[in-house]
Amino acid sequence: MNFLEMLMQYGNTLPGAAAQGLIWGIMAIGVYITFKILDLADLTVDGSMVTGMAVCAMLMAAGWNVWPAMGIATLAGMACGLITGLFHTLMGIPAILAGILTQLILWSVNLKIMGKANQALPARSFKVLISQLEKYHALVVLALFCIALVVVLYWFFGTKFGSAMRATGCNEKMARAQGINTDFHKMIGLTLSNGVVALSGALMAQYSGKADINDGRGAIVIGLAAVIIGEALISKLPKNFIVRLSGVIVGGIVYYLVYQTVVFLGLDTDLLKMLSALVVAVFLAVPYLKKRYFTKAKRKEEGNHA
Amino acid sequence: MLELKNITKIFNPDTINEKVALNDVSLTLNDGDFVTVIGGNGAGKSTLLNAIAGTYPVDEGQIIIDDQDITRLPEHKRAKFIGRVFQDPMTGTAADMWIEENMSLALNRGKPRGFSWAIQESDRKAFKKMLMRLDLGLEERLSTKVGLLSGGQRQAITLLMASMNSPKLFLLDEHTAALDPKTAAKVLSITRELVEEHQLTTLMITHNMQDAIDNGNRLIMMNAGKIILDISGEEKKKLTVETLLQAFKETSGAAFASDRALLS
Repeated sequence: MNFLEMLMQYGNTLPGAAAQGLIWGIMAIGVYITFKILDLADLTVDGSMVTGMAVCAMLMAAGWNVWPAMGIATLAGMACGLITGLFHTLMGIPAILAGILTQLILWSVNLKIMGKANQALPARSFKVLISQLEKYHALVVLALFCIALVVVLYWFFGTKFGSAMRATGCNEKMARAQGINTDFHKMIGLTLSNGVVALSGALMAQYSGKADINDGRGAIVIGLAAVIIGEALISKLPKNFIVRLSGVIVGGIVYYLVYQTVVFLGLDTDLLKMLSALVVAVFLAVPYLKKRYFTKAKRKEEGNHA
Repeated sequence: MLELKNITKIFNPDTINEKVALNDVSLTLNDGDFVTVIGGNGAGKSTLLNAIAGTYPVDEGQIIIDDQDITRLPEHKRAKFIGRVFQDPMTGTAADMWIEENMSLALNRGKPRGFSWAIQESDRKAFKKMLMRLDLGLEERLSTKVGLLSGGQRQAITLLMASMNSPKLFLLDEHTAALDPKTAAKVLSITRELVEEHQLTTLMITHNMQDAIDNGNRLIMMNAGKIILDISGEEKKKLTVETLLQAFKETSGAAFASDRALLS
């Protein structure tokens, strides 16, 4: 195979990668709500994403129309988030542990939903909204979903209710002093976030034509990667909320394009999860390392100049 | 107005670190009282304010505001009656949110927070007017993140926020302690103006005895979880730092244990 052929072949994988990236971008928006806005690390998503996939796939396999199937899948995801929220606020379990507990609960629940480890949802037999068989169509539909989601969340976080949620994540003590029920807002935030994640799961099941119990493994890391990449991408832009959310979605696309490229170049796919995790670890460490080492260096420099 | 009946608060009960922070404290504030609170380290001043605000439940006693028993009310529900400013300027505002967003959070204190847009144009005008009086140039920076402001600026905004909607009770917990003397004086004068304008019933903790004497119509001194001195009216006007220290020595049988209070 000559170089040109290879390049064309690579080019052919890009629309599919971009479509999957958009789905991960939607998922990352869910992660953004908890990780960035509420300042909670919520590990529920590894489970709730599969819940979204499983519910959507099973309902459609049972003959449901795609829209109500996706709606119920989203609601199921919200219920997952609510469980984590109750663990965290009502029972005082640290958020990260609450998420892990729910994630484990969902492993069993998801198996029970599907009755087995996976459920096929072939696009040829079902009226799915998007499918990898029609990549360009999927791209357009997913882009519309992303736009709608960004608009809805922009509105939501601009309301009095949404502002109270942002304040909860930013400064809890202040929020309570201003009469905000911080526990309630955390619970709603977790619910909302996992609803978005399950929606992305429902889309992923349709796109890939299956739901598998293992599909959610490491989803939180991919979500964080997209959030982090998104932040890096918009660092030079004015930071209003629409730009931030769009950055997260583009972050999801970039993540998946890089993923696809690495796979195309022949990297052992067994190593991919490790690499994703390491990349996220490095990026999460950057702010800390900057603070710890670079401020000192700067001061020293200033001192030398004086 | 505010009535505290036999409030007791014990931290780490039944352990070696047991600390009786409030010991059977009773206190009644009248409408419009401006009470300054002084006392040594660990006297229970902050615990008193936090107990009123509901940061933690009290072990015994009753807290009543305007005939309503709020002892069992959670912190965020009490906020309806109470405006608070903390010692740390970082605590009173949300750093990542804009000035106008912070102010609108305070404007809606004690009101249901529904799905209407958080900030209306009329709010913005009102915020500008409030900020103008601070004379810190903040009225032109409504969409600046509060985290970019200085401690004094943040404390001034927190004061405005706490006084919005004229709360029944104004709790100031050493809110000038973390500021440089000049800024502290400015923040204190803003405090006096706001208390005057809104006729706020105020409890102000301070480590500065002179400030405690110069401000308000009533002064209480705390020691070991008890109120050991309660002076108001004409008697308060005659107070000096020396007489306060003397009074402390007589009632508690020890020297006033706060380096900061003596130095400042």
